Amino acid sequence: MTETPAAFHESARKDRVSKFNWISLVGIPLAAILFQVYVPRFVTYLSYLELPLLVTVYFSLARRSPITGVLFGMCVGLAQDSLSPQHPLGMFGIAKTLVGYFAGYVSQRFEVENSGVRLVLAFFFYFFHQFFYWFLRSALLSEAVSLELGQTIVLAALNAAVAVPLFRVLDKLRITE
Amino acid sequence: MEFFLNRYRNLSVLLVAILAQLGLLAYQSRTGQDVRLIRVWAVAAVTPMARILEAGRGSTSHFFRDYFVLLGVREENRRLKAELDRKELDNQYLREQLSTADRAKSLSIFQQSSKSTTLAAHVIGNSTDTEAHVILVDRGSNDRVQKGMAVITPEGIVGKVINVFSSVSYILSVEDPNFAASVVSEKHPSVHGTLKGHGTGPVSIDYVQNEEMVDPGDRFVASGEDLIFPRGTPACQVTVARDGRKGKEIYAIPSGIQNGLDDVLIVIEGVHGTIPNAPPADQTVHLLEPPGPDGLADTEVPAQGGARLTDLDRDVQNTRAIGAAQHHTFGSKDSPAPNYNLPPTASKPDDAKPAPSPAPGTQSP
Repeated sequence: MTETPAAFHESARKDRVSKFNWISLVGIPLAAILFQVYVPRFVTYLSYLELPLLVTVYFSLARRSPITGVLFGMCVGLAQDSLSPQHPLGMFGIAKTLVGYFAGYVSQRFEVENSGVRLVLAFFFYFFHQFFYWFLRSALLSEAVSLELGQTIVLAALNAAVAVPLFRVLDKLRITE
Repeated sequence: MEFFLNRYRNLSVLLVAILAQLGLLAYQSRTGQDVRLIRVWAVAAVTPMARILEAGRGSTSHFFRDYFVLLGVREENRRLKAELDRKELDNQYLREQLSTADRAKSLSIFQQSSKSTTLAAHVIGNSTDTEAHVILVDRGSNDRVQKGMAVITPEGIVGKVINVFSSVSYILSVEDPNFAASVVSEKHPSVHGTLKGHGTGPVSIDYVQNEEMVDPGDRFVASGEDLIFPRGTPACQVTVARDGRKGKEIYAIPSGIQNGLDDVLIVIEGVHGTIPNAPPADQTVHLLEPPGPDGLADTEVPAQGGARLTDLDRDVQNTRAIGAAQHHTFGSKDSPAPNYNLPPTASKPDDAKPAPSPAPGTQSP
């Protein structure tokens, strides 16, 4: 019985780094932000769908690189901050930077193509993002806001349920070599 | 150092990104200034697409609405031709015209009738913060919009402008927790309060004393004291009013956003109106004279500096009058108990007798 070395798994995982063209890399986050700006006007409950976050998680997982995750999360977060005039720039930016880093980090150690894993990761990262955003607002801006755990968990589950089919759709945009 | 950066490259990039954004936050908090350039870029990137989407949605919805309206009219015509009832056709047509009246027309009518100079604006988006109630409208500094201007609809207050760009502006909605406006009761103009948003659901009216008269159904209007909303602009209708620990707890439904927000009016130059039920400032109030003691015109008035008599005071006076009329000395056992069933004047034995002749040296009137 032959044993495959750990380095082999590592290299095999890195070989599965997904590539996207620039139009997808720029257009998809922009579309996600536009969705958040525009669609909740007509369907109010869709405002709880954090598409920019899901897109950040997806690209960070797909690229399998914490650095890409950091840069991607920072850009998406700052763009989101720019369209949220109530708060100073950087609140969503920091939260999504951390999400991008940890998503990239996790993708190097786990098989993230599996739908079950994606469901769990989307749930976890939504919760992490909301918690960290709340922490930043309380600690840095001294805003008296409460984190409603029950509501956050339900919304995390809903976002995770949306994330799985969304990630499958985004998989189609990968460049195959 | 080089080894460290290579060894911990991922962590180093993360730290740099976080520190850069913390620095940005610190700069904004310290100076109180916004990094406007980044926001301008983001708004410039997103708003054209939002406009295109809105235009596409509008055209599509108009197309389908017109299509279905046409289908309805065709069927209706068939039915009406069969019935040969011209009058019913006319009525139906007019009814349809009324029901499909464009909201923009009502805004236009309100704009013409309002004393304030207003600018119609179309809502094209929201803030990306899910907890914030901030909307994006298609008017900006090019249209003379300035930060702090009031935003209303014919139904009432919508919010105020918090951020202005060249062609778009952000409006803080009346539902947002950071929103506040000075309001006054339409029914009792002495009742002033501060309207505040709570994110979702009804708004509250704070700083109203428990002693003030506020009932469910009362309407509040802008008092104009905040120098933002013209006095008399409808604000909200009370749904709950109860006594609280620090003052009255009042919850109300905001009037301006009840019918959705597609088009709004930005008040460029506000003119204060009047509060509908408020009396004129210098109106004299007619007051009656204070009532005298009942049936005791000729009896002694208690030495209370003109204070009103209580029922007990009147009973005591009545009892004393009866006793005096029957020559009874209260507290003495020498005289019999008076008959309390007789009225004081009727029981006076001297009343029936003629008046005694005046004493020598005196003159009768």
